[in-house]
Amino acid sequence: MAQPANRPVFAPWNDPAEKPLIRFQNVTKKFGEFVAIDDLTLDIFRREFFALLGPSGCGKTTLMRMLAGFEAPTSGTILLDGVDIAPIPPNKRATNMMFQSYALFPHLTVWDNIAFGLKRSDMPKDRIPARVEEMLRLVRLEKFAKRKPHQISGGQRQRVALARSLAKAPKLLLLDEPLGALDKKLRQDTQFELMDIQEKTGTTFVIVTHDQEEAMTVASRVAVMDHGKMIQVDTPDRIYESPNSVYVADFIGDVNIVEGAARPNGDKYAIAWAEGQPEIAATSADTIAPGTKVHFAIRPEKVAIASERPEGRANVIEGTVSDIAYLGNISTYKVEVAGGRMIKAQVANERRLARRDITWDDKVWLSFTDTAGIVLQQ
Amino acid sequence: MNRRFSWFNATSLTLGFVFLYLPMIILIIFSFNSSKLVTVWAGFSTKWYGELLGNKAFLDAAWVTLKVAVLSSTLATVLGTMAAYVLVRAGRFAGRTLFSGMIYAPLVMPEVITGLAMLLLFISIGMDRGVSTIVLAHTTFTMCYVSVVVSSRLVTFDKSLEEAALDLGCTPFDAFRSVTLPIIAPAVISGWLLAFTLSLDDLVIASFAAGPSSTTLPMKIFSSVRLGVSPEINALSTLMIGIVTVGVITASLVSKRSIARQRAEEQAAARA
Amino acid sequence: MNLRRLVLIATPYLWLVVFFLVPFVIVFKIALSDYAISIPPYTPTLDLSAGWEGIKSFFGALDFENFTFLASDALYWKAYLSSLQIAAISTVITLLVGYPIAYGMAQASDEWRPTLMMLVILPFWTSFLIRVYSWIGILSNEGFLNQFLLWLGIIDTPLTILNTNAAVYVGIVYTYLPFMVLPIYSALEKLDGSLIEAAEDLGCSRAQAFWLITLPLSKPGVIAGCFLVFIPALGEFVIPSILGGSSTLMIGKVLFEEFFSNRDWPVASAVAVVLLLILIVPIILFQRNEQKQREANQ
Repeated sequence: MAQPANRPVFAPWNDPAEKPLIRFQNVTKKFGEFVAIDDLTLDIFRREFFALLGPSGCGKTTLMRMLAGFEAPTSGTILLDGVDIAPIPPNKRATNMMFQSYALFPHLTVWDNIAFGLKRSDMPKDRIPARVEEMLRLVRLEKFAKRKPHQISGGQRQRVALARSLAKAPKLLLLDEPLGALDKKLRQDTQFELMDIQEKTGTTFVIVTHDQEEAMTVASRVAVMDHGKMIQVDTPDRIYESPNSVYVADFIGDVNIVEGAARPNGDKYAIAWAEGQPEIAATSADTIAPGTKVHFAIRPEKVAIASERPEGRANVIEGTVSDIAYLGNISTYKVEVAGGRMIKAQVANERRLARRDITWDDKVWLSFTDTAGIVLQQ
Repeated sequence: MNRRFSWFNATSLTLGFVFLYLPMIILIIFSFNSSKLVTVWAGFSTKWYGELLGNKAFLDAAWVTLKVAVLSSTLATVLGTMAAYVLVRAGRFAGRTLFSGMIYAPLVMPEVITGLAMLLLFISIGMDRGVSTIVLAHTTFTMCYVSVVVSSRLVTFDKSLEEAALDLGCTPFDAFRSVTLPIIAPAVISGWLLAFTLSLDDLVIASFAAGPSSTTLPMKIFSSVRLGVSPEINALSTLMIGIVTVGVITASLVSKRSIARQRAEEQAAARA
Repeated sequence: MNLRRLVLIATPYLWLVVFFLVPFVIVFKIALSDYAISIPPYTPTLDLSAGWEGIKSFFGALDFENFTFLASDALYWKAYLSSLQIAAISTVITLLVGYPIAYGMAQASDEWRPTLMMLVILPFWTSFLIRVYSWIGILSNEGFLNQFLLWLGIIDTPLTILNTNAAVYVGIVYTYLPFMVLPIYSALEKLDGSLIEAAEDLGCSRAQAFWLITLPLSKPGVIAGCFLVFIPALGEFVIPSILGGSSTLMIGKVLFEEFFSNRDWPVASAVAVVLLLILIVPIILFQRNEQKQREANQ
């Protein structure tokens, strides 16, 4: 999440003195034989906007439902503010959830939906209207208070659901695919609105999503999950630029992955990837034993393409253009290199109607620096 | 709906189904009672079945009932399917509201009124009452059930299939016969079954429409039931319950299997 | 308009006009006629051969005498009131019995539901008469219920249930239970489970969530079920004749006896016309509920 320059960087996960709001300790959840969550340990901090990202069935929704109290862990403990929440039923937890389907009560008006939780809290009756009005203002729905859920648009319903779950000022707000039902344009607008509201209310948000772009946009930290395990928990930029595994690199954004054997070469590594081709020069923070099988991952936008052989680049690979995808702002070239491998290169279309000198079946040179890619051992 | 197994649900389901089935189970058990006293068990016997099968009045009534049911449900299926097609597909025509009113009214009409009205009609046009009048009366009230069943299927039926048939050169009648009818066939069959059971079951309308010479099985059962419980009726009830149970279970297994086969074929196609 | 379309529309249309609409017109006409010891046992009869004069004298002889008779004879209006009361009470009992069953079905697992559904529908296919009859052996003085209660020691003399209104309630609840369970079940089954979770998440206990969410949202099913029980129960003939006693007054039974035992066709017709008028109100309400449901589903 972008931070204004005059504010200290928000990174409680780097501060050993900071106590986490939520702590998962060796949590396992099984449904019969199926292991949904596999010995998972995780801290989430106050005021975080934490995204759980993964394909369907990876356990992210189960994790969230355990926080809400709809599922109990098979083993391990979940602490909220240092207290084990296992014995607390959902209706007594200081968490609220925004459901994927919104779960707005169809027989109640927008106003009554938002007031629903407040009426069941210890808030004095006379203070409820003021709180409801405040929530309606927050999501800009003052005019729709008397409507029923089926009389408002999808985007408005989404905001009612948000207001309803925020009304009780929970310690923790859980959002299950909150924008999944909205079309792309509305989704992008709403993402910024969500971030804005999160900042205004200071609530800790945990969001479940399968949309990596959404996770990258809104979250302070992203957790990439697969088969009930955490693969990587990190800030969006580190997830993108320094993935810890082929899985994460492949899951987030577009990537070229080249298999090869690495050997140390000075302070760098050289990766042999195809017979008769120059080795790829790359750097790595890890030490890699000579001869280790590795994956070299590089993002397409970090690969340059040229019809003349470029000078002074650390890596240059020759190939033939096999496909071109024009996407408006960028163009992606699929280039066939030695051994029939495909490498994608992305070029920003900076000028309108630029003469594109590269076309199908052209011989081209791909090039990138030795720090552009990343060497992955798993 | 979220599923949570609870003792409350298990108990209410158990009690509910005990309530629904216990009376019939008792009936079946006591049809094998050797005593004439129907509430005291005196040993196993199948003699009441023998007596039942030797009772000519019951057999005659059963034969009349079956004849009426087959004739009226077949006629009702033809008329009801036509009516459903008119309701769903014929668009606007003069008197459409009256037509749909006449389709739905018999569903909520007390049988005594329908029966009375029918009888008065037959008398005013001087028709002799007998099997034919029962068939006419049953056809009229069961065709409405058929048309409700068939039209609910027609409503969900993709109209573009018919349009495609027309586009490919079918006449409207061809399109109906070769496209619509095969697709709505399950609904037409269940409509027929429904009409058939309603006709088998009907006491009140048949009592009005029947003449002195034609007695249906429900009428016969009713007149002997008014005198109290009899082991012969228990035996007859057991036979009827048995036939229905076998029929319904077979039907549900057949439809289950055809659904399963369709699903398997779809999966196979998806893999291919 | 082509000939085929005409035939398609006209066949079921004419059938219904001849065998449904015309009979009702006859019922109305006879309700306005007078009783006579003749064949047919009422006057006037329409004499078309007398031409216009015949039609005039025919209409001149029609009157509302039978209806004033119905109003003046306590038997009839008591029978109407008692029918309404019996139908209403049995509807409420059916609801109380049927709702938990429908709720249990809706909460059952996916593999169980088709079986439960079939178990509810199966009695509907078996003979109505037999289902009513099966209660005689249970409810009579020497019946199984009394035997059971005596054995338990709860009572020491048999209860008289058969041939009372209580037996009629049992009969109606028993035979019409599927009509109550099915619409409620279909309403509950459609209910989105996340609504209940949302209510719990917002601080409801399970009981509160049921009361505030499940019950209001199953209301259309409850209303439909109640009408599906109430409307046929009102004109019920078989159940009061078999399970009810001589003191059980239900209008369907009165009509049947008026016609077959007293052979008073005009009064029987008038009874039918009034019953129809009473039924129109719940039928219209039922149709409106269904209409609302259809619109809500779109």
